[in-house]
Amino acid sequence: MQGFVRRNPILALLIALVAAVLLWLVFAPWSAEMESALGRKRVFLNAIFGGITLGALYFLVASGFTLIFGLMRNVNLAHGSLYLLGGYLGFEVSEATGSWLLAFPVVFIAVAIVGLVLQNQVFRRMEGEELRQTMVTIGLSVVIADILLWIWGGQSYTIYSPDWLSGPMDLPVISSVRETGEVVYLKYPAVRMAILFAAIVVGVAMWLVLNRTRLGMLIRAGVDDREMLAASGVRIQYVFLAVFGFGAGLAGMAGIVGGTFQSLSPGEDTRFLLASLVVVIVGGMGSIPGAAIGALVIGLSEQLGLVYAPTYSVVFTFLIMAAVLAFRPQGLLGEQR
Amino acid sequence: MAVVEQNRSPAPTLWIERVPSGWWALALVLLTMPAWANEFFLFQVMGWTFILGIIALSLMFLAGYGGMVSLIQMSVAAMAGYMVAIFGNSGVEQISVGLPWWLYIPIAIAIAAIFGTIVGALAVRTEGIYTIMITLAIAAAFFYFTRQNYTIFNGYSGFNLVVPPQLFGIDWRQPTAFYYLTLGCAAICYAVVVYVSRAPFGLALQGVRDNPRRMAALGFNITAHRVAAYTFASVIAAIGGILLVWQNAQIAPGTAGIPAVIDILVIAVVGGVARPIGPFIGALIYVLLRTFSPDVLLAFGLSGERFKLMIGVGFLVIVFFSPDGVLGLWKRWRARRETVRDPLTGDAR
Repeated sequence: MQGFVRRNPILALLIALVAAVLLWLVFAPWSAEMESALGRKRVFLNAIFGGITLGALYFLVASGFTLIFGLMRNVNLAHGSLYLLGGYLGFEVSEATGSWLLAFPVVFIAVAIVGLVLQNQVFRRMEGEELRQTMVTIGLSVVIADILLWIWGGQSYTIYSPDWLSGPMDLPVISSVRETGEVVYLKYPAVRMAILFAAIVVGVAMWLVLNRTRLGMLIRAGVDDREMLAASGVRIQYVFLAVFGFGAGLAGMAGIVGGTFQSLSPGEDTRFLLASLVVVIVGGMGSIPGAAIGALVIGLSEQLGLVYAPTYSVVFTFLIMAAVLAFRPQGLLGEQR
Repeated sequence: MAVVEQNRSPAPTLWIERVPSGWWALALVLLTMPAWANEFFLFQVMGWTFILGIIALSLMFLAGYGGMVSLIQMSVAAMAGYMVAIFGNSGVEQISVGLPWWLYIPIAIAIAAIFGTIVGALAVRTEGIYTIMITLAIAAAFFYFTRQNYTIFNGYSGFNLVVPPQLFGIDWRQPTAFYYLTLGCAAICYAVVVYVSRAPFGLALQGVRDNPRRMAALGFNITAHRVAAYTFASVIAAIGGILLVWQNAQIAPGTAGIPAVIDILVIAVVGGVARPIGPFIGALIYVLLRTFSPDVLLAFGLSGERFKLMIGVGFLVIVFFSPDGVLGLWKRWRARRETVRDPLTGDAR
């Protein structure tokens, strides 16, 4: 952080300025002139919060992807299929048991097992052959997508959140000030705040595990030099299995989250695969903080774009990606290898 | 060079005599096909095979000779198709300009080539798997852009009634005429790719694929060669795209959707990216599966909608067991047969 400020003082100042302006826009009540120029504050706030929660969802999907890539150089283009599979399984579990929370551990374990099989039976056979892995996982995603379509059909599913999470909640953010001087606070769906909170918890926990535990040390060592780690007696295949299973399980849980506040239908798998690709390209391959920043940027640009330039909102995402690639090909927080 | 060669071989063989007999048989079959095949087969199966083969050929050129697996080729082809619809005639009269064919075809190819070159210039900054991801993401962006943009690309519905011009009094959308049109284009594209692969540019490109550092040390501009490869491949893909829009008589965002983009990769990989004939073999397999697998599945009592599963499983099996496609399987089979023939002495029996 300090090193970054010292190296790029102007860029750091610009980022700080943008952040300050955004914070001021969020927390300060808007005057009438501003509302006429920028539209209603409520709309803006909703876009901001929608972007952040969407970013949280993207982070859940993309962090597993980037972890797997960072450690094993495995390009798992079937990651989106794992997401959709997790969503459908979560729907079935929550329908059958009536418990939304129970779906999470069940789906995590089920999709993690699928991930373990993938790693053990597919990726281990073609270690280091990136192109072949890509082809095989593309083939797998086509097959899985069609099997899912076969089982669950073409209609879209929504997973219902539990009662204690449905309905809106007040946020300590001023939405507007009435003429009487009464302050109206922003109302926002509670389930989305819960998802945001959960994503932050998952992200912090991943960071802690990676940076503070023995397992994390092994993983980081594996990212830096796989052969050396294996030579020093670590059974690296077990580490690989653990990371792949965890990443896959996370994608499956993200499927439940996505099914709760959006919907599940065929085609969502490619959508989330693309989203994680873009997030990871923007943030930097193999970096968890990079995935967080990338997910936030992409989520915000998508939602703000949806409000202020609805026609081309989807294209913005890819423009950001192209800009990052043009000026920093390894991604915002990626390391040059 | 030519003088030296003539001195060495006093009776030079004509180039016609050096063509293997298998090619003559293939040419005979292809040229006489309208005489014995029905119209559906000519137009739908063979026409489509040649078109997909041309587009996959452009991917094969990039992947096989340049070492760059680009998923943008379908989008480039669709861009050319869109340009034909926009600058030529279509059912959407408020957008289509209605230029004559000798003007809109070069314009379409040029714009598609520019598009492919820009994407290539972005993509060559990356290597290997990153190239796949970036081109996939740009292809997705193109799909979404064409779906959202109504002023140029006419959004969700796209363009219909895009037909080839009536040249020399022939309706080029008649099955036989269209068959020969696509066959001719495919043959020309194939010949050009084979020629370029042996020309100095193609050899330098293969050198860049094998060892970029050494080529750079020899004074070759690596980036320029790669971007030029994208430009060349874009021209080929554009030809395929124009034929595609004529065959379907319409173009919509789904033409270059993610499944279509992946299909081109599947075709090229299944056929094999080592030689230019691979994409056409892959395209033939794909089109046959796509056209007839519903019937086959129904015959086995399964739902006809599962053809994607069949294609996916077939792709998976081929990639899993033979990274270089059907051609690789064939080559390995022949090599094995030869080794079986001479187990001890090493001589051919």
